[in-house]
Amino acid sequence: MDMGNVIENTASQFVGRNACVYAIAAIGLNVQFGYTGLLNFGQAAFMAAGAYGMGQTVSVMGISMWWGILLGIGYSIFLGLLMGIPTLRLRADYLAIVTIAVAEVIRLIVRSVKFRDTFGGTDGLKDFADSFQQVGADLGINPAETYGFWAFTFSGRDLWVLIVGWSLVAIFGVVVWLLMRSPWGRVLKAIREDEDAVRSLGKNVYSYKMQSLIFGGVIGTFAGMILALGTANVQPDNFSRDLTFFILTALVLGGVARVTGSIIGPMLFWALYAFLDSFLRELVADQPVRIGDTTLINSTQVGPIVFMMMGVLLVVLMAFRPQGLFGNRKEMAFDVR
Amino acid sequence: MSVDGPAVNGMSETARVARAALADVPPEPGASKPDPILTAIGVRRNFGGITAVDVDRVEVQRGSITALIGPNGAGKTTFFNLMTGFDKPDAGDWSFDGTPMDGVPSHRMAARGMVRTFQLTKSLTKLPVIENMKLGATDQRGERMWEGLIPSRWRAQEREIEARADALLKRFRLDHMRDEYAGSLSGGQRKLLEMARALMTNPTLVMLDEPMAGVNPALKQSLNDHVRGLRDEGMTVLFVEHDMDMVHDISDWVVVMAEGRVIAEGTPDDISSNPAVIDAYLGAHQGQSLLEGDE
Repeated sequence: MDMGNVIENTASQFVGRNACVYAIAAIGLNVQFGYTGLLNFGQAAFMAAGAYGMGQTVSVMGISMWWGILLGIGYSIFLGLLMGIPTLRLRADYLAIVTIAVAEVIRLIVRSVKFRDTFGGTDGLKDFADSFQQVGADLGINPAETYGFWAFTFSGRDLWVLIVGWSLVAIFGVVVWLLMRSPWGRVLKAIREDEDAVRSLGKNVYSYKMQSLIFGGVIGTFAGMILALGTANVQPDNFSRDLTFFILTALVLGGVARVTGSIIGPMLFWALYAFLDSFLRELVADQPVRIGDTTLINSTQVGPIVFMMMGVLLVVLMAFRPQGLFGNRKEMAFDVR
Repeated sequence: MSVDGPAVNGMSETARVARAALADVPPEPGASKPDPILTAIGVRRNFGGITAVDVDRVEVQRGSITALIGPNGAGKTTFFNLMTGFDKPDAGDWSFDGTPMDGVPSHRMAARGMVRTFQLTKSLTKLPVIENMKLGATDQRGERMWEGLIPSRWRAQEREIEARADALLKRFRLDHMRDEYAGSLSGGQRKLLEMARALMTNPTLVMLDEPMAGVNPALKQSLNDHVRGLRDEGMTVLFVEHDMDMVHDISDWVVVMAEGRVIAEGTPDDISSNPAVIDAYLGAHQGQSLLEGDE
């Protein structure tokens, strides 16, 4: 068994593309869920908006990839309005139902045969990331070369995606941090607790909830763009429910209503995943784990068992530290009134 | 706490003015006041087949403390909700300060000078007391998203708001709890915080829904003083209350509701001797509609 390999994988995933994409998406989800209390179960749809907006430019519309940024933002504003207009006046649970449904509908539409020409069907979209890589190359990062040391060795392509991605994490992190210290953020946090009280003090609660939903969604859109640029293609099934709930899990792990929580949570989530996965794979690499004649784990079972173990860890976290790793217990612990 | 003590001695100048203005108003339901700040005409609200509120006419005199009393289920809170835009009536008109308020959404009320509190206190328990207070200020620049991003755009205003909030906290004796989470306050302190927070909107009409509910007797006297203080500063107070001591102590005018209608109006002394009110509270005519009860 090679523990060095396990540690390298863990370290690499800690700062890898997945962690980066999840961190951006979690910052957005944190605005909606953590600060405003909006149960958005459709963050995957906002990410798909960004990824497809970017993917469509070159291969479908024949315009420059950079228009994809505007297109993606436009798509996600549309999505936010679509989800928010009918539900934000109602109780919180309705938003949850609608967002999860919209996200599924979006996924089914983009993978459908009917819209194959616009969204590429199940094959998705590709060949759009060249101008993005070109900028990296112009700045002196050779896509074909490898950079870095030890576990942190990346190809030039990946490195450029990571640089842009983590820069976005930093930018959005600072923007959200600033906003949540402002009177605007104060209104959101107050809405999270009691809408009627906020309304009686003269704030247009509906408008604030809409702003929060769309702002968080647009941040999620950028996560989708980085995902698309990182893999250089857009696959409809990347944007399933799992994605939304993994991001939510990563956010809760880090601690809701904390910017640090929304960034470090996804990093730890992927590091933990990589650790368990490579550890178990190393464990069963030569032969299955057995007690007597009973096989405990063989190599095909590693995948599901990793998720089970992560689930157990989360349950333990919720039981002993409901505010997550970085959360503030007083502010965040679930209400026991 | 003697019933007529404060009414005789130690009455403030504004209280005297308010009572003098109401002296000539006939003690009957729907009576016109010399200078009404809030007028409701023909306001009706049905829930299914039940008429929760059916008010022909109510006026609230500016600069007075008006109590709205009535047995449980009389429609007092529903009436509050209708006046503040939290609920929409099936019929009727009402105006505040001479402007029709029909169709004005609840979040516009505060800017016009009308603010309310709630029967079940809505202090935002997971925000510190001072943040609760600062939330109350209207027209904050930093509450617009793009301006919120740039602290220099709202810092100065925030400092003014904070100074005002601190002054109010001091007046309501909550200054020692300034930085605690509102969740750590006692029930009575939460009532005080909610009232103080409402004052941050600089209202002209303060509507208090059961300010005494769940407040311990020791705090009641000081709450009374705070409510009187509002009037003495020129605000109009309309409050719903079950605590008859408080009603008698501080109100200049009393409106009595039962089964959704206004059944009596008058000064506290008129009301305590009004047979219709006694019937409504004590149920002298059991099984008979209060409205048809013979006097």
